[in-house]
Amino acid sequence: MSNILFTEEQKMVQELTRKIAREKIAPVAAEYDEKEEFPWPIVKILAESDIFGVYIAEKYGGMGGGVFEMAIATEELSWGCGGISLAFAATGLGTFPIILFGNDEQKKKYLTRIAKGTVAAFCITEAEAGSDAGSIKTTAVKDGDHYILNGTKQWITNGGEADIYTVIAMTDKKKGARGATAFIVEKGTKGLDFGKKEKKLGIRGSATREVIFTDCRVPKENVISKEGMGFIVAMKTFDYSRPGVAAQALGIAQRALDESVKYAHERKQFGKSISSFQGIQFMLADMAIQVEAARAIVYRSAQIVDAGEKNIAKLSATAKTFASDVAMKVTIDAVQIFGGYGYMREYPVEKLMRDAKITQIYEGTNQIQRGVIAASLIKELKQK
Amino acid sequence: MSEKRIKILKDVCTGCTLCVKVCPFGAIAMKDKKALIDYDKCNLCGACVETCKFNAIELKTIQRSYDHSSYKDVWVFCEQKKGVIQSVAYELLGEGKKLASKLGCKVCGVLLGENVKEKVPELFARGADIVYLVDSPHLKYYQNEPYTKVFIELINEYKPAVLLSGATTIGRSLTARVAINVNTGLTADCTGLDIDEKEKLLLQTRPAFGGNIMATIITPNHRPQMSTVRHKVMQEAAIDESLKGKLVEKTYKDNILSSRTKLIDIVEEIEETINLAEADIIVSGGRGLGGPENFNIIRELALTLGGAVGASRSAVDAGWIPYSHQVGQTGKTVCPKIYIACGISGQIQHLIGMQSSKIIIAINKDPDAPIFKVATYGIIGDLFEFVPALTKKFKQVLSK
Amino acid sequence: MNVIVCIKQVPNTTQVRINPETNTLIREGVESVINPFDMYAIEEGIRLKEKLGGKVTVLTMGPPQAEEALKEAISLGCDEAVLLTDRNFAGSDTWATSYVLSQAVKKIGDYHIILCGKQASDGDTAQVGPGISTHLNIPQVTYVKKIEEINDKKARVERMTEEGFEIIETPVPCLFTVVKEINEPRLPSLKGKMRAKKAEIRKMTAEDLNCDFDKIGLDGSPTRVVKIFTPPARKGGEILKGDIQEIVERLAKELKGEI
Repeated sequence: MSNILFTEEQKMVQELTRKIAREKIAPVAAEYDEKEEFPWPIVKILAESDIFGVYIAEKYGGMGGGVFEMAIATEELSWGCGGISLAFAATGLGTFPIILFGNDEQKKKYLTRIAKGTVAAFCITEAEAGSDAGSIKTTAVKDGDHYILNGTKQWITNGGEADIYTVIAMTDKKKGARGATAFIVEKGTKGLDFGKKEKKLGIRGSATREVIFTDCRVPKENVISKEGMGFIVAMKTFDYSRPGVAAQALGIAQRALDESVKYAHERKQFGKSISSFQGIQFMLADMAIQVEAARAIVYRSAQIVDAGEKNIAKLSATAKTFASDVAMKVTIDAVQIFGGYGYMREYPVEKLMRDAKITQIYEGTNQIQRGVIAASLIKELKQK
Repeated sequence: MSEKRIKILKDVCTGCTLCVKVCPFGAIAMKDKKALIDYDKCNLCGACVETCKFNAIELKTIQRSYDHSSYKDVWVFCEQKKGVIQSVAYELLGEGKKLASKLGCKVCGVLLGENVKEKVPELFARGADIVYLVDSPHLKYYQNEPYTKVFIELINEYKPAVLLSGATTIGRSLTARVAINVNTGLTADCTGLDIDEKEKLLLQTRPAFGGNIMATIITPNHRPQMSTVRHKVMQEAAIDESLKGKLVEKTYKDNILSSRTKLIDIVEEIEETINLAEADIIVSGGRGLGGPENFNIIRELALTLGGAVGASRSAVDAGWIPYSHQVGQTGKTVCPKIYIACGISGQIQHLIGMQSSKIIIAINKDPDAPIFKVATYGIIGDLFEFVPALTKKFKQVLSK
Repeated sequence: MNVIVCIKQVPNTTQVRINPETNTLIREGVESVINPFDMYAIEEGIRLKEKLGGKVTVLTMGPPQAEEALKEAISLGCDEAVLLTDRNFAGSDTWATSYVLSQAVKKIGDYHIILCGKQASDGDTAQVGPGISTHLNIPQVTYVKKIEEINDKKARVERMTEEGFEIIETPVPCLFTVVKEINEPRLPSLKGKMRAKKAEIRKMTAEDLNCDFDKIGLDGSPTRVVKIFTPPARKGGEILKGDIQEIVERLAKELKGEI
């Protein structure tokens, strides 16, 4: 992909993450998919290559990039494996609350560690609080200089593997969404445990696990922003992280396109390469058009977020929805182009299709995203 | 300066672009329909001069005259390990004999070791006219410095015109040091040797740039003309017990036999019982095996055939088998009589390491796998069916 | 521990394709990379520095474009880089190349270990490493697969052989050529890449190195290429058809004389 509009630093991020994806991730992707293990050796490589610090400020040991740099890295890593890339991307999700709302001390303490490769996770989802984040049941009760957390978070990406957890819990149930507060909880804190490991359709090289709080005492210094800000922290975090999910989808889609073109060129039927058949050519062209359009919207949304635009909910929802829908469509087409081989585990495309699906679901389903977009449209109309 | 040594004769150049294609360094481009040399990239190899049909490229070399008349005979380094002469030495004696007869000189073996005098008749039987023997406890095992210094002494005293060695780990380490010390040229890893009978020069042919280009190299002004030669390329000299030769025994003082490096221990690894480079038959497995446990069927076929086990880079990178088994550009270059590639697609890096094998058999599910482009016999099918079937068949055949 | 690593820039063979008609390499669009074997030498040099302190200087002889290879070495963690570039070097064979590199080593001075890859992937000679140590009259160990112990006086290493390995002790300074088994090279880091971008690459010519002009380039090279030709392409043979039993019988028949 042309990177002519990139800065030198962005080119470096792309070049290096691409190299890691191709040389280190892609060769082991099928193995991690099969074993459903957390990719620690890859995390080590990413850490040593400074990738974890891409979106962290220089004064905390990072490279000083933003959402765009993170999206570039996520896209490339997801080309290698949409599951493995989450060790990086979901760390970003767990880190944004600190970047956006953390105080200087929290930033110094945690961002420096994350920049060096400490894995983080974001805990909001519960059994009865998915898209409806307002109905969270996990509680945090103040007790002197501490808060006592109780409750169970579900489907936490990097759960059990991460060292740093940012958690949304209710400090005042009566206030509903306004009664939520964000905390930083470190692994090893008494009362923080991990439950069931999920068996998933795709992104199986990532850990998805229950995170359980039982009378877990968290010092009050670990409150992010202040009491009652939890919901805003979460929503703002998602605004920043959605271009990342979109970039993950984009990487998966690009891989599906690349594999399809290669295969269509190599595969011979009726004495010629199937890429010479118009039926296949049109499919490939449509895939390319969609991938390129997705890239445009992902890059643009990330750049606008970085430029400091405040109202980004609609744009980042648009990017996430479009890119994830493209990923799903394009990976299905890739399986079709591969024919019977595409259905087999021995070839890489059925995995892409399985990995793509989650991007339409998590960090807000695409239906919720469309709701957000529509609500923004109406709001904009009223403001006119 | 390279720009003074080679030039395009603009008036003669027709702009045919042949030289652009042939330049191994990508140093020629077309400008205004004429060839143009990038002197920063040009390595003066002369490939373009050879190719140009219009004599439009001129390469000047300085001709010096040297008197080489005191240098004669073809020498072969007869590498021994644990007192056993390595088969590559017999191959080189066979080849050396042919070269010597074209040069009208003798072929001589050079044997270094401890208590190896009893091996001298074997070298005579393989056609050596003279054997230079240096027997000393210091030479029992190969060590760079004593071996190098002994060779320098021998060369300075007896002045061979040609010195050949196997392209083994020992041969390559030794000859590189000797050549610098006696100030002569060395051509590594040759696959063809001949004599320019008019100039009485050794023509050394070797693969270059990954085996896709062959280069013939001479050492016009320096002696001896030194080459290391690949295993299994030359025919072994036949044994003729009736042949006799002359033995020249030399002893040297401690300063020649001393070594700054010290050999502490030799560790043999069981997996390495059959040396890939020396094997006549190699059975190799690749990614198609699916996992380390499946190398067993490869081992069984190799064992049945008395061959060695090879592997593709992807199998090694996946950790299925140690690196010492890797065939290909970053592994070993082999040329056995039979190479059986199982579940190996045939990436260029692999092909480079095995395409000079005499017979190549490829078993692969994918009919478009590049390995079939070099295979003598291709089997499109499941290796898990064919490999055991072959093992069974050869067990039958060989038991008869 | 001051380490000098000698590297070479080569065409990336994983990208090399063959023109099926002329059977020649298609060079177009093939990028240049650090010789894969030299990556192990660079990694080992950096590891020695990380363990024992000191610095790693990386050295190459080549055209001005070889600066890219040196920058990559810096992005991996090498401290300094020197490019030996001069049109007078053109046409150097292994004798002349190792002479030039040894002159550069003398110029740099103050080193304990010189590391080289076991051979270059384009030339495959494995001669330049031993050539450098011979010109410098220092001990060498080729095909090193492990450095067991090392200090500024001596080293103990494992040298790979056809049958296994040897354990060798050598005084320092000395030169090692290393094989793939010795380590797993790291990837560059972003900070390393930034450093490399800003890094100044020292350039040296034949004159800077006090080279004897009779020992370099085409004239200083004892060997001479007289012919370069393309070997006939190995033709694909026969695809065996039939059921498994027929194919196995056929192969047994064809191979009878060879086993």
